Amino acid sequence: MYQILRKVKLAENIYLMDIHAPRVAHSAHPGQFVIVRATKEGERIPLTISDFDTERGSVQIVVQTLGVSTLKLCEIAEGECIEDFAGPLGRPSDFVYENVEDLKAKRLLFIAGGVGTAPVYPQVKWLHEHGVEADVIIGAKTKELLILTDEMRSVASNLYIATDDGSEGFKGMVTGCLKELVEVQGKHYDTVITIGPMIMMKFVALTTKELGIPTIASLNSLMVDGTGMCGACRVSVGGKTKFTCVDGPEFDAHEVDFDEAMRRSGQYRTEEQRRLERYKDHKCRIGLDK
Amino acid sequence: MANIISRTPVREQEPATRAANFEEVCYGFNLEEAQREASRCLHCRNPRCVKACPVGIQIPNFIAAIAEGDLQMAANIIAEDSLLPSICGRVCPQESQCEGSCIVGIKNEPVAIGKLERFVGDWQLENGTAEKAVIEPNGKKVAVVGSGPAGLACAADLAKWGYEVTVFEALHRLGGVLSYGIPEFRLPKERIVEREIAKVERLGVKFEKNIIVGRTLTIDSLLDEEGFAAVFIGSGAGLPKFMGIEGENLNGVFSANEFLTRINLMGAYAPERFDTPVRRGEKVAVVGGGNVAMDAVRSAKRLGADAYIIYRRSEAELPARVEEVHHAKEEGVQFAMLTNPVAVVGDEKGWVRALRCVRMELGEPDESGRRSPVVVEGSEFELECDTVIMALGTSPNPLIASTTEGLERNRRGCLVASEEGATTREGVFAGGDAVTGAATVILAMGAGRKAAKAIHDYIRSTVDRQPTKSK
Repeated sequence: MYQILRKVKLAENIYLMDIHAPRVAHSAHPGQFVIVRATKEGERIPLTISDFDTERGSVQIVVQTLGVSTLKLCEIAEGECIEDFAGPLGRPSDFVYENVEDLKAKRLLFIAGGVGTAPVYPQVKWLHEHGVEADVIIGAKTKELLILTDEMRSVASNLYIATDDGSEGFKGMVTGCLKELVEVQGKHYDTVITIGPMIMMKFVALTTKELGIPTIASLNSLMVDGTGMCGACRVSVGGKTKFTCVDGPEFDAHEVDFDEAMRRSGQYRTEEQRRLERYKDHKCRIGLDK
Repeated sequence: MANIISRTPVREQEPATRAANFEEVCYGFNLEEAQREASRCLHCRNPRCVKACPVGIQIPNFIAAIAEGDLQMAANIIAEDSLLPSICGRVCPQESQCEGSCIVGIKNEPVAIGKLERFVGDWQLENGTAEKAVIEPNGKKVAVVGSGPAGLACAADLAKWGYEVTVFEALHRLGGVLSYGIPEFRLPKERIVEREIAKVERLGVKFEKNIIVGRTLTIDSLLDEEGFAAVFIGSGAGLPKFMGIEGENLNGVFSANEFLTRINLMGAYAPERFDTPVRRGEKVAVVGGGNVAMDAVRSAKRLGADAYIIYRRSEAELPARVEEVHHAKEEGVQFAMLTNPVAVVGDEKGWVRALRCVRMELGEPDESGRRSPVVVEGSEFELECDTVIMALGTSPNPLIASTTEGLERNRRGCLVASEEGATTREGVFAGGDAVTGAATVILAMGAGRKAAKAIHDYIRSTVDRQPTKSK
């Protein structure tokens, strides 16, 4: 069992949790993910690691309640335990293996969307700690859904915020903000790293291809085991089938077939919706009994 | 031999009933049936069945004990050679091992050795001791990677010899393929698998779940930081194969591993209890002819589908256990033999609509001695279906080898190991599917036991060397 050491509500339906998992914390690197199972009956959910503390033996995750499993996970209180927590899984971000001096010569831009902001943070933090500068764009529908902006500001060289409704920062999508930075402000980037909803990453990839900037995307495919056993996370990269869990989760965004990836991510959507409604209905009825 | 009685039929769930549930198909023998069947054994002086058993169980002896009604004696005889009789009695390919060599089988049906083994194993689970074994510890630690048949067998032997053994399991449940792969209707999890594993726990073996060796820990950290004197790798062959044909990434195409893991490990067959979904197709095509293909197709049938086996050779070449094929047929699974998929066809939304296949005919024998299938020209046709499951075999996960210096693999991705299980890295041993590629539970168990012996010898030899070793 793995104790929730800290739980913070970051925004509506988005929670941050520090989980006691010393072995995972000890081995974690930026870019990797964990598999979490909230209860004995629960699903195995892949979640990207958003921070880790080897001294305290804790690993941080940020969860958005989308279906029954994430809802159940977020219902567990601080101090209580979750059933399973396995990792770190997947390959660390490429820059972990790069020469720091080479990295320092590069202009890096991270583009994060929604809850994808969380896994961007440890990467920028790692770079910051190694003296490497990186700019960050965080995108959200509206100001209320922005997360970790203060934390990000403390490690990013420049932080740009884009909201669809213009309630904070740039009004529009992250791709609009990117174009503004490059085409209007004349900024130059050598590499873009993007983490967020598939649809956002697809359009970031299209835009950076147009701008000629090499881009890495961290995919959040469906998974069961997360260790290469099931193949649920198959994704076409450069025309070849890859497993997100062991070959990724980071891939060359210009080579990823995002349309296929989005279609595959939706394979259980009808079933998930049905279960979610049933669960909410069940909760409502429990509420009425009180 | 003229008056040998006929093989005792084993009671099973009615095919029509069981094709709609996940409860065990076979009920097994009761004492009376077991004794009747045991009386058919000829007690050959030179028993061929023992030679055909990968772990050399003293078959005529345990059968004699059943006939005499001494089930504890029967259990003790089996336990000398096998750790998991309730499991092996259910999943071993007896027809090509013990029963295939049975002299009675020449003119009659062979003695039902598998069913007798299962009877003894189940009796032991019900009536055996639940007390912890008292073993003098020898102060040495051994790590075992993987809690499948190879790891369990290795861990059990080492624990009996006084080693402090920790088994590291990547998943949240113990048992490896016994838990995620083989379905409940063939191998009950709570009633059989968990209780067989509990026997190993009673020997003092510790289990740590959710540990992915190669990620959470490495072989090096086990040896250098955690104080293990040796490591046994029994990580199995868990990586699914795909055909590499067009349309394989369409929605509705799954590896058998994914389909079965969702059902077995995650409990997706009981949606009222478990949260993990599984695809319930209306018409499901399972590609392959092995035990995993049979498990997948029979699971699909139980979830309500019209279920098909698509296999490129003929029925005689099906690698699955005869009993599984027989059961699948009884349950209404349809067999499209000499049929090979060439593409998966999708609809406008990217879901499977059909499997495009060609007819095959058998040509000349290939290097395996089986007649190789050849495409019949102009025979292409579409089999309409909404789900395709690929059951084409599995290969070992490269994670451990790729994160461990000096651990060699062969071109099939299997760990290189000696007959005794020694790998190319000192202090590291391996066995089971990780070494052989996908094989059987009994072979993995046998390899685990051999490696335990080799580890025991290795540690004793290093202890002897230790006084001269300076640190």
